[in-house]
Amino acid sequence: MKRLLVVALSLSVLLAACAPKALVTLTVMTHDSFAASASVVAAFEQANNAKVVFLKSGDAGAALNKAILTKDAPLADVFYGVDNTFLSRALDSGIYEPYASPSLANIPAEFQLDPQDRALPVDYGDVCINYDKAYFTAHALPVPATLEDLTNPAYKGMLVVENPSTSSTGLAFLLATVNHFGVTGYLEYWNSLRANGVVVVDGWETAYYTNFSGSSGHGPQPMVLSYASSPAAEVVYATTKLTDAPTASVLGPGTCFRQIEFVGILKGTSHLALARKFVDFMLGQQFQEDMPLQMYVYPVNSAAKLPQEFVQYAQTASQPATLDPAVIAANRDKWIADWTNTVLR
Amino acid sequence: MSQRTSPEDAESQKRFSIRVFAYSWLRPLLPWLGVSVFFSLFFFYPLARILWVGLNPTSLFTISSDSFLLASRVFLFTFYQAILSTLLTLALGLPVAFLFARYDFRGKSFLRALTAIPFMLPTVVVAAGFNALLGPRGWINLGLMDLFHLQTAPILFIGTLGAILLAHVFYNTTIVIRLVGNALAHLDPRQEQAARTLGADPLRVLYQVILPLLRPSILAASILTFIFDFTSFGVILLLGGPHFSTLEVEIYKQAVQAFNLPLAGLLSLIQLLCTLIFSIIYSRLVTRSVVPSSPRAAGTNLRKVRAFRQKLILGGMVLLLLILFVLPLASLPLSSVVRLEADRGQRGQIIYGFTADYYKELFINRSDSIFYVPPFDAIGNSLAYAALTVILSLALGFPVAMALVHPHRLERILDPVLMLPLGASAVTLGLGFIVTFNKPPLAWVTSPLLVPLAHTLIALPFVIRNLQPALASIPDRLRQAAASLGASPPCVWFTVDWPIVVRATLSAAVFAFTISLGEFGATSLVVRPEYPTLPIAIARFLSQPGGLNYGQAMAMATVLMAVCGAGILLIERLRLPGTGEF
Repeated sequence: MKRLLVVALSLSVLLAACAPKALVTLTVMTHDSFAASASVVAAFEQANNAKVVFLKSGDAGAALNKAILTKDAPLADVFYGVDNTFLSRALDSGIYEPYASPSLANIPAEFQLDPQDRALPVDYGDVCINYDKAYFTAHALPVPATLEDLTNPAYKGMLVVENPSTSSTGLAFLLATVNHFGVTGYLEYWNSLRANGVVVVDGWETAYYTNFSGSSGHGPQPMVLSYASSPAAEVVYATTKLTDAPTASVLGPGTCFRQIEFVGILKGTSHLALARKFVDFMLGQQFQEDMPLQMYVYPVNSAAKLPQEFVQYAQTASQPATLDPAVIAANRDKWIADWTNTVLR
Repeated sequence: MSQRTSPEDAESQKRFSIRVFAYSWLRPLLPWLGVSVFFSLFFFYPLARILWVGLNPTSLFTISSDSFLLASRVFLFTFYQAILSTLLTLALGLPVAFLFARYDFRGKSFLRALTAIPFMLPTVVVAAGFNALLGPRGWINLGLMDLFHLQTAPILFIGTLGAILLAHVFYNTTIVIRLVGNALAHLDPRQEQAARTLGADPLRVLYQVILPLLRPSILAASILTFIFDFTSFGVILLLGGPHFSTLEVEIYKQAVQAFNLPLAGLLSLIQLLCTLIFSIIYSRLVTRSVVPSSPRAAGTNLRKVRAFRQKLILGGMVLLLLILFVLPLASLPLSSVVRLEADRGQRGQIIYGFTADYYKELFINRSDSIFYVPPFDAIGNSLAYAALTVILSLALGFPVAMALVHPHRLERILDPVLMLPLGASAVTLGLGFIVTFNKPPLAWVTSPLLVPLAHTLIALPFVIRNLQPALASIPDRLRQAAASLGASPPCVWFTVDWPIVVRATLSAAVFAFTISLGEFGATSLVVRPEYPTLPIAIARFLSQPGGLNYGQAMAMATVLMAVCGAGILLIERLRLPGTGEF
């Protein structure tokens, strides 16, 4: 018995000696679209003697709901990926620990939607209509410039959009129309879009790869609701080397909706100092410059330089539509329900 | 040692007899132990936790009357499409099952494996396949437009009820083929021969002899198909489009997009209760219809196709199967090797070239992404999860299926409960896992093991429904005969039961394997990003624009199909001891 104890003791000492130096593990909860360069994350891990574990938790809505449901015993230290359409739900649920990061100094005030610094802006992207350049050239058709143009019979049946009750892209476009036509006018606009044969599908994948003629799925519609950065992705992930993007975005005033994504420290974290460092890191230049080609979004940090592909093929809207997150939160269910009754019934 | 019984001895004897008594009372429940623990911990408890969050007495009153209207409308459509889909699936599946079980012809095992492949394909991939075939710019429409000089696509398929029904048939025919086919393969041919000798024509034999004997397996296939159609999600979203909504789709919208947990909880409860009611009806029907006969080992019933009429029918059926199963699937491997030239927007001038680039690209981490997974790792993850699911679901399912052959009253009540995981919404259960396994002592939410556990929940009903009819068909007198001839109980089991259930066991393993390989909904909610499965990897590629991403998704889907097809063929060819002998 005694000998057994000695063996066990010496074994455990041996094992402890062999184990690598204990690292602090930081858990970051995100949505499925999150991506980053391995080298960039490794740089943070090395500088802070930490290990970063990412917990992907479904789409943006599902990930946020999981964070809210587990706020008594949070699964992670940091939560990234709530956007301005979901921001109020996140803030009202009290999942965040405020943190006024020094990096905020480099971020324009228009992105800082939470005055209490619970949710800090990381990136933005414009939800815009993409069009198939070759189609418009071949048919000598002018590209629509405004939302009103889309109701022109010349574009009958040419636009595919996503359903706002199942897709964040679809919701963003619905919000753009609310912003442009007002709560009294947007349904009328959708009525005329419907009369002009707008096609509605449930998700971005279907819209882009099944219905859009400019994608590899070469579908029937030459216009799709996607992102202003999608043309750049078409070039980077082209099958054969391209000198020009096959698609482009409609960028007229008010036609795009600006999505801003936020990061925040989850209340109850046991690694507060490290979590703060990670937030600084996400807002810092290295990560901000890595994001565009990883997630096809734009950096909010004005010091961050854009990659060549973005400068050349992606554009941002000059006058994107925006709405106060609180207004969105108060009305989204009603707007979606009314939209459904107008467009789908 | 004293002969006199001491008071302590008497006491211990009494305790012992109490224990024996307790055991004897518990013994019928012993096979249920594994499943009960598993279900309580990984199904009922998480489900109760999340339903309570949504449906506690205070939140219940926040559900508006409009919501009830919505719920009833959605419920009616869910029911309607599930009934239609199930009837169509049976209409195709029963003749094919008969064909496979009774006739021997070249390429049969390939065809059988082929019909099982759709069952595990993620809906995104199936939708892409159907679109390439029947979409507005699919082969058929383009061909018709070319032939008749039409300006617009003549066939409207995507976004119709027809698309939903066809996809459900495409997905679930394999359930009918396997369950009913297994039963058919084991039928005693002497009963039919006797009926024929007594002057019955083949049609009468079919209605009065074969169909009554097949009732348990037809019922089992119908209930599984029906519940799968009833809880349909991806098919409705991707092929039906936004004009259609089932309970499962509405639960997703309410739980994820609107965060209306009370309404999501109510809808989940409705879906669960319906599943329970269907299962109870099934159990009632099936206990009344089991007729033990003299089952044959598989293979003894097989005939060669000889007469010209038989050849004609066989050829027609094979052609129908190839059209339904090969055409939509063929576009995936095809898209994975063709390159679209850069001027893709020039209608009529799309130039195709063959390429292996998409497969090569799978091995390159072009953007240095931290979530990049080499294809063989993804295959390895998928296979590891699938293997665990097969082992776990067979280990838990076998004892229960055996116990259900002669069910006691309590077991009759427990029986329908086994079907419940099929009726639980993936979103609801996923959120339930999150609120249950996020703190000690159950802090398992980050464990990679949650994936095979979730898969086992879905696979178990299939395993049990595969095994139970086969076990029930064995007449007791066979076992008694073996025992009276001096066989020990294990020997009886191995020589009598095993040859008859081996086929059903393999079939159950195939179901567990395919369910695990293809499962997406629950997986995406619990999987660790470092260990993605093949469907998760496909979804990642499809979430960004670009021809290379699309091509890689198609390449991954082709890999998934190949892995699954190979797995099915391998499992079915396992030469387990006892196979083929009787």
